[in-house]
Amino acid sequence: MKVLSRINSQSTFITSLLSILLGMLIGAIMMVVAGYDPIAAYNALFVSALVQPYDLGETLRTITPLILTGLAVALAFRTGLFNIGVEGQFIVGQLVAIIVGLKLNLPPVLHAVVAVIAGGLAGAVWGLVPGLLKATRGVHEVIISIMMNFIALYLSNALVFHWMSNGADSTPKIMDSASLRIDAVSQMFGGARLHFGLILAILAAFVMYVLVWRTRLGYELRAVGHNPLAAEYAGMSVKRNIILSMMFSGTFAGLAGAGEALGTSGYLAIQPAFTGIGFDGIAVALLGASTPLGVVLASVLFGILTYGGGNMQFEAGVPFEVIRVVFAAIILFVAANVTGRLLGKFSRNKGGDKRA
Amino acid sequence: MNVVEMLGITKRFPGIVANDQIHLTVKKGEIHALLGENGAGKSTLMNILFGLYQPDEGEIRIKEQPVTITGPTMANKLGIGMVHQHFMLVQPFTVTENIILGDERSKLGIIDVKKAESEIRRLSERYNLKVDPTAKISDISVGMQQRVEILKTLYRGADILIFDEPTAVLTPQEINELMEIMRNLVKEGKTIIFITHKLKEIMSTCDRVTVIRRGKVIKTVDVQDTDENQLAALMVGREVSFEIEKAEANPSQTVLDIANLVVEDNRGVEVVRGLNMQVRAGEVVGLAGVDGNGQTELIEAITGLRPVKGGVIRLGGHDVTNASPRKVTEAGVGHIPEDRHKRGLVLDFSVSENMVLQTYYQEPFSKNGLIQKDEVDKYAERLISEFDVRTPDKHVPIRALSGGNQQKAIIAREVDRNPDFLIAAQPTRGLDVGAIEFIHRRIIEQRDNGKAVLLVSLELDEVLKLSDRVAVIYEGKIVGWVDPKNTSEEELGLLMAGSVKQQEVKAE
Repeated sequence: MKVLSRINSQSTFITSLLSILLGMLIGAIMMVVAGYDPIAAYNALFVSALVQPYDLGETLRTITPLILTGLAVALAFRTGLFNIGVEGQFIVGQLVAIIVGLKLNLPPVLHAVVAVIAGGLAGAVWGLVPGLLKATRGVHEVIISIMMNFIALYLSNALVFHWMSNGADSTPKIMDSASLRIDAVSQMFGGARLHFGLILAILAAFVMYVLVWRTRLGYELRAVGHNPLAAEYAGMSVKRNIILSMMFSGTFAGLAGAGEALGTSGYLAIQPAFTGIGFDGIAVALLGASTPLGVVLASVLFGILTYGGGNMQFEAGVPFEVIRVVFAAIILFVAANVTGRLLGKFSRNKGGDKRA
Repeated sequence: MNVVEMLGITKRFPGIVANDQIHLTVKKGEIHALLGENGAGKSTLMNILFGLYQPDEGEIRIKEQPVTITGPTMANKLGIGMVHQHFMLVQPFTVTENIILGDERSKLGIIDVKKAESEIRRLSERYNLKVDPTAKISDISVGMQQRVEILKTLYRGADILIFDEPTAVLTPQEINELMEIMRNLVKEGKTIIFITHKLKEIMSTCDRVTVIRRGKVIKTVDVQDTDENQLAALMVGREVSFEIEKAEANPSQTVLDIANLVVEDNRGVEVVRGLNMQVRAGEVVGLAGVDGNGQTELIEAITGLRPVKGGVIRLGGHDVTNASPRKVTEAGVGHIPEDRHKRGLVLDFSVSENMVLQTYYQEPFSKNGLIQKDEVDKYAERLISEFDVRTPDKHVPIRALSGGNQQKAIIAREVDRNPDFLIAAQPTRGLDVGAIEFIHRRIIEQRDNGKAVLLVSLELDEVLKLSDRVAVIYEGKIVGWVDPKNTSEEELGLLMAGSVKQQEVKAE
């Protein structure tokens, strides 16, 4: 945890930006070594992610769940917890939203609202388990939440296979009344699958800001995160705050899952492995210094890289894996504060020494 | 012979000159004190001598040879050793393993631990350190661990030893023993540089003292030609009063009433064992005792931070046994915790946010579940000016403030709530004389306003100076009450050790 808060405190807008550039430079070097043209590749990436309305819509669709999972990780970071279970909370969010979308019969809008709320609650429950175990039994949240990821994945697959699909590998489509897609908007973007979840994600960023930095509860959450002993001294319940923090975090992740299920796909398939959207939330939170605005910006970047990276494969023939390398390099630069050090050296050479 | 000469040393950090043309000469075989307030530049100077920083200007001569000290390894080679304030020891390792760590003398990759052990035993006996080379660090006391740090430097052949505020972590007894060790070391031809801001230790042990203020050398004086008052004035830059002017106490009704209190420590051992005490409104009761006799657990039990196993705690007539920390706070208790970083502050919170740590949930700081930032800031501004908390801004993380100013912030927060009962635990630990004076005055002010004050301190002279009555705690019980006007540190010391007889046993 100390390491994480150190990373948060040392990231600034400038160091993040430089880390991104350095990460892309590493990707470029890899491409050159492998015999590809990096300029053409990056050009293809950005053009294909942003220029055509359909692509722009799809990029926004890719960004949507990243914002929410990024917020989930960031909120936990801010309160001294490492929620590595965002992936699992995302999956149960998907699962429950799909169940509500399939099995309940409600009027339009209300159906979607209920399904989204149910997905968020499912995520909260999935976050509650590690929170409760940490608060009452002192078990490390990382261990429990990793295990909860596997439970979520296989529970979801089992339910889809045995209950919701009659032996097929995916569920039928949800009822239209539960869909988050807005047809008019989709058509504006050439039929892209962007959906109402984007608004939800941006609202969630705002909610996180208000919750953490403006409310009494947020004051407590941060105090517990920074110094549980002082929080106890100040009469706060450390246990209650740990549990609440994990539940809020899980809610964001569950909403991300609900958005994907009700907006992007409309059905749930058996997944051979984790989607990675939850884990990408960790990267997003790190790059965004665990601030809501930072998370949104980092999601935009990762969303562009992810979606554009897929197209780059077709247009420039560069394998998508290169983009994952760029991701990893960016995160390494942020985590190791490479750019911070470089900047420090630079200013040292220009004038006075910097305190070690 | 001058073993250390630092000539015209200047070191700049962005925004400040930490050392400004500093001259320091240390003669062979002396204990040379480096005296200055927190942040005066003592540590920077010693880090330069130990090779951790490079000076921007100036020259260093060791044993009359000009040198450039590039790092701690180089410093070690020149015979300079540093005993850090925060020990750098591996807890599960033995004393010997810790000492040879980083300087393992091996043959064909095999370390001859037995040989190292006997070498360490020899050193320990020669300097009368009484360290068992086979003991595990986790099993020995803080004082012993410090001696291991000393041995580490001796094992590496140091003859110039830098002690960085070594007494901050020690009990009065351990401090006396350390002073004795330091005298032994110089007798054997070592030279010691002693960083401190405790005047008494300088007067009792040192030969010369160099006073540093705001990065500049104010004066180097022979200890025999000076006194505590002069040194304090040199250090702070103005006259400092050591005597606290206080009127006779005028105690009235009982505020805190503890009967047969039993409390366990983290291991489940009873460390408060049937304790009885009362504190009345309008008096300061000092709690004197050797560290680890149940003081910490007593305070935690009173403030609701630790469960009570037996007995009753009453505050103003109400039973608060096993009440939650918030209930206790709301019952009118102010608590200056013994470790300000551990409990007293959220270091990453701003000064403002820390000022409302106990009251953030009340109006006007919270309304409808929202923190009222403007109200918090307004309140913080008032406390900052009333309690003279020196901070560049109310929004900087409180981590950035000096220890004295952090402590002032805590005192402001706790006193301003106007509690009927104030617990001040180690209120001046690690602070310089200027801050100590301020804090002492505030404590007496509380008493004069008719509040009950419980002062817990390991500094005996602080207890004697501030208290109207002194309770001595030993093995979890109050073993005696003394009148601070009619007692001496010696008498207190005996009580603190349980009895005369037990003290003899302990000294062996």
